[in-house]
Amino acid sequence: MKQIVRLEVNGERHELAVPVHHTLLETLRYGLGLTGTKQGCDKGDCGACTVLLDEEAVLSCLLPVWEAEERSVRTVEGLGDPRDLHPLQEAFDLTGAAQCGFCTPGMLCSGVALLGSTPSPTRDQIVEALSGNLCRCTGYTKIIEAVEQAARTLRERGDVDAPR
Amino acid sequence: MHPDELNAIQAALAEAAGEAGDQGPDQMSILGRRNRRYEGHAKSTGRELYTDDLALPGMLHGKILRSPHPHAKILSIDTADAETMPGVHAVITGADMPVEFGIIPWTRDEHALAVRKVRYVGDAVAAVAARDEDTANRALAAIRVEYETLPALLEPRDSLDSSAVQIHEPKKEGRNGNVTKHVRLEFGPVDDEMDAADVVVEGEYYFHGTTHAPIEPHCAIALAGADGILTVWSSTQVPHYLQRELARVLGLDVARIRVIQPAVGGAFGGKSEPFDLEFCVAALSIRTGRPVKILYTREELFYSHRGRHPIEMWYRVGASKDGALRAVDARSLLDGGAYASFGLVTTYYSGQLLTAPYRLGSYRFESTRVYTNKPACGPKRGHGSVQPRFAFEISLDKLATELGIDPIELRRRNFMGTGETVNEFRVRSNGFLECLDAVEKASGWKEKYGRMPFGRGIGVAGSCYISGTNYPIYPNSMPQAAAQVQIERSGRVTVFHGASEIGQGSDSTMAAIAAEELGVPLGYVRVVSADTDLVPVDLGAYSSRETLMVGNATRSACLELAGKVRTAVAAVWDLPEDRIRLAHGWAREVSDVGVSDRTSDENGSAGSAGLRRIPIAEAFQLAEAAHGTLGAVGHYDTPKDVHGEYRGGTIGASPAYSFTAHVAEVEVDADTGFVDVKTIWVAHDCGKALNPMLVEGQMEGSAYMGFGEALMEHHAVKRGGPELGLHDAPSLLDYRIPTSRDCPEFVSLIVESNDPEGPYGAKEAGEGPLHPSLPAIANAIYDAVGVRMDRLPFTPDRVWRALRTSRPSPP
Repeated sequence: MKQIVRLEVNGERHELAVPVHHTLLETLRYGLGLTGTKQGCDKGDCGACTVLLDEEAVLSCLLPVWEAEERSVRTVEGLGDPRDLHPLQEAFDLTGAAQCGFCTPGMLCSGVALLGSTPSPTRDQIVEALSGNLCRCTGYTKIIEAVEQAARTLRERGDVDAPR
Repeated sequence: MHPDELNAIQAALAEAAGEAGDQGPDQMSILGRRNRRYEGHAKSTGRELYTDDLALPGMLHGKILRSPHPHAKILSIDTADAETMPGVHAVITGADMPVEFGIIPWTRDEHALAVRKVRYVGDAVAAVAARDEDTANRALAAIRVEYETLPALLEPRDSLDSSAVQIHEPKKEGRNGNVTKHVRLEFGPVDDEMDAADVVVEGEYYFHGTTHAPIEPHCAIALAGADGILTVWSSTQVPHYLQRELARVLGLDVARIRVIQPAVGGAFGGKSEPFDLEFCVAALSIRTGRPVKILYTREELFYSHRGRHPIEMWYRVGASKDGALRAVDARSLLDGGAYASFGLVTTYYSGQLLTAPYRLGSYRFESTRVYTNKPACGPKRGHGSVQPRFAFEISLDKLATELGIDPIELRRRNFMGTGETVNEFRVRSNGFLECLDAVEKASGWKEKYGRMPFGRGIGVAGSCYISGTNYPIYPNSMPQAAAQVQIERSGRVTVFHGASEIGQGSDSTMAAIAAEELGVPLGYVRVVSADTDLVPVDLGAYSSRETLMVGNATRSACLELAGKVRTAVAAVWDLPEDRIRLAHGWAREVSDVGVSDRTSDENGSAGSAGLRRIPIAEAFQLAEAAHGTLGAVGHYDTPKDVHGEYRGGTIGASPAYSFTAHVAEVEVDADTGFVDVKTIWVAHDCGKALNPMLVEGQMEGSAYMGFGEALMEHHAVKRGGPELGLHDAPSLLDYRIPTSRDCPEFVSLIVESNDPEGPYGAKEAGEGPLHPSLPAIANAIYDAVGVRMDRLPFTPDRVWRALRTSRPSPP
């Protein structure tokens, strides 16, 4: 059975019919074609499906899509303008924080959520914020470095108070 | 815009992008730099497409029914109810694909879907294609399979002893069919040398079994096209082998199968052979005429497995008073699980890859691999050699303790340098001493070793690994790697190569090699890879072979094209060809002393130093005018004259060997047994770092994976009770891979030894740096609290028990 759900994703409003038992992850990937958000375990263990719900990092594979109604969803596709990436996306690229890249969208969302609430995070805060996102390639070294670099960029640009 | 203006803009952009800085004709302008990944932008914007991100019109969803028993005969399979279910399009069983397959041609023992019997919980039995996943799952539930359960063998020793229970039928009558491979090799008079040794250490060691756990689950899509071509998209790291085995099992012509490897979300050896889902989507698409996708659940990954073998090891090592090794004697029992997989190679590797960087004196190993009714083991990063390295590097530490020699010094004294190993492999570059120096200095070893308070310790370990193997998996004398490169008048360069990009950076490496040789900015290189219809054959991303082999092939094709470009420009400028250099988006005249000055004039006329230059696209145009359409192929042939002259002597022979040293610092809580690894210093001789950022990434990722195996991960099944054979922890919550909070600090120290066989001197970096993590941590625990951890993993309960045993009344 399907029902109509109203969603705001990356600033765009959608109205679509989804099976009642679908999660936000399924709706993003199958309903809206936003395949940037990944499925790694389907039960909240790996963090690859992390998106921003009202700027907070959440696991979209555990979230019934109805819980996202009337709230703002941001996925990796909405983190930056194609011509003006979020500093964290740029930092990932410059530090080599993405290897296979499968955890990257979730990592980026967790990192952006952290930088939004904590513009000058300590290393421990970064480690904590990323601890729900499993990466199997990097040992996290360069991911942590990327978040530190993005925080510096945001401070230098002077827009730490206005997370994008 | 006029093309000439465009050319000048391109060249100026290249310079502005920081690729400038002319360093003379012998200096590299792109290689050796921390360039961004070729596909980095796609990955950081979520636009990279992995197999499960693809959807074809009319696509059906497949699911696989799996055995609930570890060992059973299949008496009957009734699919009638499933087949008539609305929305179900096809149901297949083993009878539809009765041909055996397997990655190693001599040990094919698997069926895409079980035929007659199942051999582990999770063995594939039937598959369905339906309009959606929910319908497919309902269809699986409607399939009725009648089993007759058989006694299951869960312990390798039982498999060795059992003649009553045979997991596979013996190949020759009278043999034990449970033994998949037995190898015994001896180099030098081991018994005499052991007797003559001043000190002998002996021990039993155990590696427990771990799995790859890539974050991307395996996924495959097949489309049996109206043109008679079967296309399979798969998250594989071996498109070529997959193509061959698909043809075999499905009875199709290899030439009518196309395998495409989209972006792969991690593999680590876990996607390096064909899997049931790839055959099933193909057969289901052929049956239905529609595209079919199967995506493994996370649980299915744990059962499909092919991870690192559990091995029981016994090591005896003898040395002289001065620490010089005289004899190494090793015996290993490998728990192979239900199928052969790469096991023949694993069994050899468990002995063959131990023979550097130290001079062993004399060496004997005997390795036996047996079947058990468990998920099959196979190759995981550091294939077959992580386990023996663990046992051996702890043995060295024990030797150092007995002799009162510093463990780093003991390793230095046994350094083999270059030349032939005891088992007749040829080492042409060896930066192991520099690796030891680097970790000794960076870690503050001299101030810390044996000098820290109880509970804190530091340990060292070394290792060696191959950069691909000289002989391919199926015997043939064709090149192992090849590339095609095309350049054209816009300045664009396209590299068509077969290497599988699995996150390690092979696309970036090939792009950088092309940009380096052809003088274009990186942004002008396109890479087309791992599509069997479009690129020359490459054997795949395993054994750390891509940089060396595909790198050499790509370089060779580029050199041919660069020669044509230089010839054409030289003819116009009336100069010898060696006075033309292609770099930074320009073709330049260099002075005959080999130093070029910058010119301010972008139109090709003489600048202040009288040296000419033209934008690279213009140079390509001159070449296209002179030679016609520009394309070249290159390939790489492995050395075929360098291997051991004995049965098995080709297995492990490599064009070049990498070397690694780790120092690990730990803090052990004696009350809880919890081991906190603070830092791992990783020094790795990668020959030449073609991109230090990527090399560091491999070093950090390898050390991380070894750390996880040492302390947290354990791939195991239940050994008794009603759940016999069920996986202990088939989820990423229960199979604990390290999170950001668990990890130590990793410090990467790159060592370059410039191997003559590697492209620009490069060797592997993706697997070697994993090995020393485990023994370095074990040795650090000994330094910290004085207990030997000879059995993995070092979980708090095991460490606590070891402490209790060694010190009955702790302070």
